[in-house]
Amino acid sequence: MADKLRAQQQLEALQSRYVGTGHADTTKFEWTSNIARDSYASYVGHPPLLQYMAIGLGEPREKVRLQMVEKMVQPVGKPPAVED
Amino acid sequence: MATTSSMFMYSLTIQPPTAVTQAILGQFAGTKEQQIVTASGSRLTLQRPDATHGNLTTLLSHDVFGIIRSLAAFRLAGSNKDYIIIGSDSGRITIIEYVPAQNRFNRVHLETFGKSGVRRVIPGQHLAADPKGRACMIASVEKNKLVYVLNRNAQAELTISSPLEAHKNQTLVFAMIALDVGYENPIFAALELDYGDSDQDPTGRAYENADKQLVFYELDLGLNHVVRKWTDTVDRTANMLFQVPGGTDGPSGVLVCGEESITYRHANQEAFRVPIPRRKGATEDPERKRYITAGVMHKMRGTFFFLLQSEDGDLFKVTIDMVEDDNGQPTGEVARLKIKYFDTVPLASSLCILKSGFLFVAAEAGSHHFYQFEKLGDDDNEEVFDSDNFPADPTEPYEPAYFHPRSAENVALVQSIDSMNPMMSCKVANLTDEDAPQIYSICGSGARSNFKTLKHGLSVSEIVESELPSMPSAVWTTKRNREDQYDAYIVLSFANGTLVLSIGETVEEVTDTGFLSSAPTLAVQLLGEDALVQVHPKGIRHIRPGGRINEWPAPQHRSIVAATTNERQVAVALSSGEIVYFEMDVDGSLAEYDEKREMSGTVTCLSLGEVPAGRVRSAFLAVGCDDSTVRILSLDPDSTLENKSVQALTAAPSSLNIMPMADSSSGGSTLYLHIGLYSGVYLRTVLDEVTGELSDTRTRFLGPRPVKLFRVSVQGQPAVLALSSRSWLGYSEPQTKSFMLTPLDYVPLEWGWSFSSEQCTEGMVGIQAQNLRIFNVEKLSNNLLQETIPLCYTPRHFVRHPDHPLFYVISSDANVLAPSTRRRLLADPALVNGDAAVLPPEDFGYPRGKGHWASCIQVVDPVTTKSVLETLELEEIEEAAKQAAVNGASVNQAVVSQAAVNEAAVSMCIASFASQDNETFLVVGTGKDMVTSPRSFTCGFIHVYRFHNNGRSIEFIHKTKTDAPPLALLPFQGRLLAGVGADLKIYDLGMKQLLRKSQCLSVVPNLIVDLQTQGSRIIVADVRESVTYVVYKFAENTLIPFADDTIARYTTATTMLDYETTAGGDKFGNLWALRCPAKASEAADEEGGGAHLVHERGYLQGTSNRLELMVHFFTQDIPTALHKTALVPGGREVLLWGGLMGTLGILVPFVSREDVDFFQSLEGHLRAEDAPLAGRDHLIYRSYYVPVKGVIDGDLCERYARLGRDAKERIAGELDRSVREVERKIADMRTRVAY
Repeated sequence: MADKLRAQQQLEALQSRYVGTGHADTTKFEWTSNIARDSYASYVGHPPLLQYMAIGLGEPREKVRLQMVEKMVQPVGKPPAVED
Repeated sequence: MATTSSMFMYSLTIQPPTAVTQAILGQFAGTKEQQIVTASGSRLTLQRPDATHGNLTTLLSHDVFGIIRSLAAFRLAGSNKDYIIIGSDSGRITIIEYVPAQNRFNRVHLETFGKSGVRRVIPGQHLAADPKGRACMIASVEKNKLVYVLNRNAQAELTISSPLEAHKNQTLVFAMIALDVGYENPIFAALELDYGDSDQDPTGRAYENADKQLVFYELDLGLNHVVRKWTDTVDRTANMLFQVPGGTDGPSGVLVCGEESITYRHANQEAFRVPIPRRKGATEDPERKRYITAGVMHKMRGTFFFLLQSEDGDLFKVTIDMVEDDNGQPTGEVARLKIKYFDTVPLASSLCILKSGFLFVAAEAGSHHFYQFEKLGDDDNEEVFDSDNFPADPTEPYEPAYFHPRSAENVALVQSIDSMNPMMSCKVANLTDEDAPQIYSICGSGARSNFKTLKHGLSVSEIVESELPSMPSAVWTTKRNREDQYDAYIVLSFANGTLVLSIGETVEEVTDTGFLSSAPTLAVQLLGEDALVQVHPKGIRHIRPGGRINEWPAPQHRSIVAATTNERQVAVALSSGEIVYFEMDVDGSLAEYDEKREMSGTVTCLSLGEVPAGRVRSAFLAVGCDDSTVRILSLDPDSTLENKSVQALTAAPSSLNIMPMADSSSGGSTLYLHIGLYSGVYLRTVLDEVTGELSDTRTRFLGPRPVKLFRVSVQGQPAVLALSSRSWLGYSEPQTKSFMLTPLDYVPLEWGWSFSSEQCTEGMVGIQAQNLRIFNVEKLSNNLLQETIPLCYTPRHFVRHPDHPLFYVISSDANVLAPSTRRRLLADPALVNGDAAVLPPEDFGYPRGKGHWASCIQVVDPVTTKSVLETLELEEIEEAAKQAAVNGASVNQAVVSQAAVNEAAVSMCIASFASQDNETFLVVGTGKDMVTSPRSFTCGFIHVYRFHNNGRSIEFIHKTKTDAPPLALLPFQGRLLAGVGADLKIYDLGMKQLLRKSQCLSVVPNLIVDLQTQGSRIIVADVRESVTYVVYKFAENTLIPFADDTIARYTTATTMLDYETTAGGDKFGNLWALRCPAKASEAADEEGGGAHLVHERGYLQGTSNRLELMVHFFTQDIPTALHKTALVPGGREVLLWGGLMGTLGILVPFVSREDVDFFQSLEGHLRAEDAPLAGRDHLIYRSYYVPVKGVIDGDLCERYARLGRDAKERIAGELDRSVREVERKIADMRTRVAY
């Protein structure tokens, strides 16, 4: 039992430390949101990639950066309604 | 998989990236002078502005082998030196300093805080340093924020604390800065948005109502603790923050910039808001709101102002008025915010204002600009908008502000720094029939787009070019007295005489110099203090001061064939093969040595070195004979003219020169013997100063003509001018001190000499046919010369005419009004006077309109006229064709009857159609009503154009509708291959449209972006799923995919290395090479039908075969073009790649396994000895997405030259070689194939 508890605690520590660490009950919404947020953070964090997209969109880099971070708020639409 | 491979490449950068992601300003050298540090890709560059010349010079460029994401400068209180903090992908915070004495960056601190890589919750994205240098905050896009306290210890060294956390879950950071609070506790301001609620609310209401917060984090220095001190809701669209001076300089606080809003915010102050003025003009949308995309705050003499740049490039000057008390003294309370139009400069990624009155604009695209302030816009009549007239709440209605853009009044451009960023494509071709090919590229974006020609060479500025009465054979310059600063005479030797010109106000002939004018001259020298020596075929003439002349006649029946001199010695070779040696006496007369030496063959050239400082003579005489040898003779009085060493050559030497030069191996100066051969080969060997031994010979082919060598001086450094069919300059690279040999971008010279006068202290004089030319070389740092031709819009693709030196460029811009729309708007009678002024788009950009496309095809002649020959706007092609149709030409009527075209060119090729007697046509793919993200379009078209007038103009023939924009076109076996969406189609040319002959649907999973072919094999690149090999079966007219890849590569460019192998680049900055298994390759090409391929069972939802990865390498920059080509005459073929940020790199294949082993171990040693500056592990950096395979990082290996002597010795020892050998191997890898 103690092992199980420790495993649980370790998992929780990981989850709090590294956003996006999954668990047994990860929903599709959480999972896809995480992937999308990771992607947007990566686009913003790699200067050449951001520029590549800015050229494609025909917008200044700063505006594309803002759009990307803005999309991280709700990257895959509304969360599903909670079923009771 | 192991990192061993049967294929090994050596990666080298031939031009580092020129895109600047961030630029910071500071006194990095610890002096009053400000410098600029820029981050471009993985490079950190220190630039020094020169206020007198008004330009920027690069002092140091350092590759940190990591992704530089943010930079900040800070200065400890009481110090005058700025440190640099780097936020990178290493998961570490790095603090470095610039060491001016050694011209290098030194890492002061490196503190690990998280995982490496660019991740959502690992800090590095945002970085802010307290203006008083007491702390810094480093944050990630989401959640994590760390504060480091910076201090100094008793030894006045910089210390850094352990990190203090200020994390907040589910919170995004949009921007972060440090507040200026004087000496109170440091405060950092962040623009945050908490998405916790919107993640939980299925109705979506929480998302709609989510607020953006301005949060102040206070670092309590006493408690060593960070608290969220203050938060308030700001404009939902806010994207940027700017620091407002505090303490004694101003009210402190921040400017929050959002969509059409600039708001002043502070915890204890009211909010004040001004809108961002909109442009007024006939073609401007009056409803379009702007964002601020860059800006800078500048403090001066108790006042301050902001220059904020909107997305159009307009700079606005923002100032803050303070409330005044009864005595008229400003209080700490803000009264209003004011904004007015300042000037328009290119859209910047960073702006820096220097104290010396300059503005550095690190442009997002195209060349960076360096401006000088002429005034600060204080007393012009631009309308000022102040916050009294605008509500502080952005949701309240208000009257928008407008201004008329105008040409720059306040700043004047003083230097434009060439930048290839963004490079959309490049090609290598030799269109000018020179020895080496040129690189042609399309770069830039919007109206600042360019077609650039790159050539290997040093730029030369010509000072004088004058024609002479007859053809001279040689030229010298000499001073009259040793103390003179400048040269006094130019001596010209002709076939039958000598001409002396004096240098002064004017250059004129003089006859009373004592020079013998009736014979040609072999050498001229200032001997001792003030005597001159002229060597002519019949003797030596010694001209003493006061006009006394001593003549040494050559022995009877013999003449002098070669001579060499220095300020104390003279050596001549006689036609009999004898060498006669003279040395200057104490009384200044020339004394002949009794020892004569007879050489085995005819002497072709001689060289004495300069007399080393503190010595009386140069110890060696180099003698070149026509038996293809060079001998070193001793000039020591005990062993005069005794043989010291011999070197055998491949051809007879034509010129010799002994010269000390800076040397990276020894760290000091080394004596070199430069040898030029009749075969056009140039050699450089090290001449041992004690024994006279020759060692470490390096060879380079300069051109087919005999090489002549001359000693010149460039930037205070000795350099060698080597003349063959081209003129070359050998010099020490300013940063690494390694030897470089670069052609001069100048006419080929026959003779050269150094030249120094008041106007031109470090020049050269040369002879070209009947002309005398005086010139100098100013810049040694850049050996790739650029020529620029402006283009219309962002270039997307270009092709070369198969026979003529012409290029065709397609360019397009999204959300830009096409010229026809612009003209219609300008022709509107309702236009207000003054709105109709059209400003040059290069400076002001094109008028924008959502959903509009402007696109054109341009014919560029980069060789003769160096200009655009013809521009065809896609919008107008049809109208022109309709006109032609009315005039009786045959044009497809059905297609021409459309109104708004809104097409944009996406791809092009030149195809010859077998059905049209192999006539070549220009084929352009376009898309209609395209939206980039999320991808949508109405349809695509393939246009066909006929060449006229040797390709100098093109005529529209017809266009064919396709389901999707064809993103890739390729000529294929006398027909046209098009990638339309995920389908591959083969077209033939018909009278009214293209005729589809064959197709294969869904060849790739997503979208075809590139096509390559050899024989019947087609390489199809997908936007997301790497490449697929397809075979075309002619008999059955089918296209059959037979091999694909295991990794999803977001392909951007490909090229075939051989029939089996494809090299490509992807969107994440990787370079790779894939090879088809031999068995699958053979099976695909079996004779007869393709039934066996069609019926073969697919493997894991793909084709039946998988490609093997041969080579993989992370470059950071996104490759946009790859070519297999040779870059230097006689060099092997290399893989050249061009990157989006302006990088040009090569991959050189290794020939021998020993070399691979050598460089692998060298790389290993360098990783340990010279660990990357920003703390990223080099091997992991190069293996960012996929483990590096089969590639050795030459850029790392070349850092060997910059190591200290100890480290060099150590590594060389480990490799069982000498330092010189190691350096030679590294240098050879580059010089054999590239620049």
